[in-house]
Amino acid sequence: MPRDNEQTGEFTPKILAFCCNWCTYAGADLAGLNRMNYPADVKVLRVPCSGRVNPQYVLKALQSGCDGVLVCGCHPGDCHYSTGNYYAKRRMMIFKRMVEFAGLSPERFQIRWISGSEAGKFRDTVVEVSEQIRALGPMENDAPSRAAIDAVAGTVASPEADEELFAAAKEAI
Amino acid sequence: MSRIGVFVCHCGTNIAGTVDVEAVADAARQMPNVAYAGTNKYMCSAQGQDYIVDIIKEHNLDRVVIASCSPRMHERLFRKVLAEKTDLNPYLLEVANIREQCSWVHKDKQIGTPKAINLVAMAVAKADCDTQLFTHEIPVTKRALIIGGGIAGIQAALDIADAGFPVTIVERKTTIGGKMPMLDKTFPTLDCSACISTPKMSECEAHPLIEIKTLSEVEKVEGYIGNFDVTIREKAKYIDYDKCTGCGMCETKCPQKKIPSEFNQGMSTRTAVYKPFPQAVPSKPTIDADHCRMLTEGKCGVCAKVCPTGAIDYQDVDRVTTERYGAIVLATGYELIDWTRLYGEYGGGRYADVISGLQFERLVNASGPTEGHILRPSDGTEPKTMVIVKCVGSRDPHKGVPYCSRACCMYGAKHAHQFMDKVPGGKCFVFYMDVRTPGKNYDEFYMNTLHEGARYIRGRISKITRRSDGKLVCLGEDTLSGNVVEVDADMVVLETAMVPPEGAKKLAQTVNTQLGPEGFFTEAHPKLRPVETNTGGLYLAGTAQGPKDIPDTVAQAGAAAAKVIGLLCKQSIESNPMVAHVDDSKCSGCGACVDICPYSAVTLVEKTLRENSRKVTRTVAQVNEGLCQGCGACTVACRPGASDLLGFNDEGIMREVEAYATR
Repeated sequence: MPRDNEQTGEFTPKILAFCCNWCTYAGADLAGLNRMNYPADVKVLRVPCSGRVNPQYVLKALQSGCDGVLVCGCHPGDCHYSTGNYYAKRRMMIFKRMVEFAGLSPERFQIRWISGSEAGKFRDTVVEVSEQIRALGPMENDAPSRAAIDAVAGTVASPEADEELFAAAKEAI
Repeated sequence: MSRIGVFVCHCGTNIAGTVDVEAVADAARQMPNVAYAGTNKYMCSAQGQDYIVDIIKEHNLDRVVIASCSPRMHERLFRKVLAEKTDLNPYLLEVANIREQCSWVHKDKQIGTPKAINLVAMAVAKADCDTQLFTHEIPVTKRALIIGGGIAGIQAALDIADAGFPVTIVERKTTIGGKMPMLDKTFPTLDCSACISTPKMSECEAHPLIEIKTLSEVEKVEGYIGNFDVTIREKAKYIDYDKCTGCGMCETKCPQKKIPSEFNQGMSTRTAVYKPFPQAVPSKPTIDADHCRMLTEGKCGVCAKVCPTGAIDYQDVDRVTTERYGAIVLATGYELIDWTRLYGEYGGGRYADVISGLQFERLVNASGPTEGHILRPSDGTEPKTMVIVKCVGSRDPHKGVPYCSRACCMYGAKHAHQFMDKVPGGKCFVFYMDVRTPGKNYDEFYMNTLHEGARYIRGRISKITRRSDGKLVCLGEDTLSGNVVEVDADMVVLETAMVPPEGAKKLAQTVNTQLGPEGFFTEAHPKLRPVETNTGGLYLAGTAQGPKDIPDTVAQAGAAAAKVIGLLCKQSIESNPMVAHVDDSKCSGCGACVDICPYSAVTLVEKTLRENSRKVTRTVAQVNEGLCQGCGACTVACRPGASDLLGFNDEGIMREVEAYATR
């Protein structure tokens, strides 16, 4: 898909939103049911719970072409799996600091709590994040940090790296 | 190399209106591993299903992507199609949500089409990593738990028990019955509320399959559909119900007589050892520990002396039990909004003659504090002019709640009718915002009240003041004529909003389900699954789900009971196969997953594994598939990456991310 609008030359960001099945994904569905209008910059990836979101996924998205990532779940205390969003919050808060340390604008990775009945909040969040990322421009604007992101990625195990290590270990034994 | 089929639904014009579905199919044909892509007008219809089935066979497909409405809508249906009509495993299916999250939120094809293509690309990438998943059978405990013993809980309990399944009702008050026995007459038929609700209460008490636990609350719920382990705290009643005959001697002799009666809405008093009303079920008294002199000051003991069977036990303690149930019905009811806190302009509770609708019900009831005579609480005289104010709290987002409480228009009309019926020559003014009377014979009832002479004035009361002669001066506006209206009333009845009961939020967390923004429990689908919740085995009845009147409550309770019976009839149910899975060869046995699991589904076990042609005994994590709910928290915590979530596996999600990011 072209990154810039062919007619206007305007930058169209790629934003990925990890949404939990029970709250935010339902909220996004409700926004559709209510025919709310919001920018197409954000695509939703359904996960059972925000606690299922591995920081690797966020890194993968930022490394391979997304301009921003959102992680959304149920409000604290309302998790369908009782505690998943607390784990997500702790993990993502630490991870966010790491991403920012690497030099990325903080708006590029955000965590939001949206319930299944908050269709309006979902729309507002999408509008807000989309505007923020449009203002920041493409990921390349944070270019110096791109290398740092790769370095961060290197420190987090990926399934492929795992397989390699595992194979090497097997060999050694 | 998989062979993926992409099926793009038009959904009439719902999708095709803002997404060029043919272009999406064209783009899908270019995607890796896609062996076929096509469109259909309605993929969920019988023809659409046949089309999918035929194409799968014809093109020898081994994965399916359906681009249609939300997976929350029809994923189950499409899985069923694969399972029943094809050889494909039903979990080799992905749904791309191009309706709720695409066509419905965008206005033109320029935007909708590329987004739909992106969503399909993500689903195709994930589908490639899908694996066959298999369900297994979970036994169903053939017992139901009803939380809340109002008319909804009673109806559900009776229906389930009549079908032959044991039921436990947990009620936090001292009697079942809820609000219905407090009411005088019910609209639109004006039959006596107590006369139709108390027989149902005693039917519950007498039913061999119904167990009633009063003064009880649910403390903890563990487990899942078919097998909930529920911990119930039954508070001390200080009376041994096995010995008590319900003779009532203790009540007559109790010296503490000045406690406001909850049943009569504070308009009469009760004793410390009491039964809230004569037809209470269980028909045995309870000692109110906050007011009993023996329990608060350690002296008195009159009830123990007069009890002929020695049933009084001041040493009684709370009993906590844990039992297993197959299904749970939430019938927790409602409360009325505390208008005294919110509406200072109506006196904020300072004027005795400004009362709530429920207080009026007690006033007009033959078993109430005035034996059915409408008398002013302040001086006991008969009011000649009564003002009814509707929507107090309801439809008032600034002070009260934004929603309509649904029953008030009708019981407001009923109050007007009852006043005019009981007070000859009495004048009744009803201040309203709108009159909403949908329901069988409802509008006829309202029209009848109008013909009887009730004066309906469209407008709200802005202020009520009390004059020195005791008259309540109600100042309002008639918005139809534009005139300011002033009524000198003897009594004012406020028809207040229904709000969720205290503790609904805590209960939602205990039973693990969601509340809507207004604090009522959320149904799984507002139209198609109105009595189910998103948590399997958990059902809703009555006003727990939202304001409604008695006929709707009873109908919904019956519907919830039918769902419960449907579940309990099954010998076993299919488990959710989308659970965590541990790769033994990678697991280091660190136990991080054990600590993080909210369901205690992961344990560490000693296993003998074959590693490099050698037998090794190691400690590894093992997932109990019955307990695992598939949240995936453990998979992220797993350091060596041994734990993965079936159905949402790491590789699938990574590929999905990549498909979007690199496209």
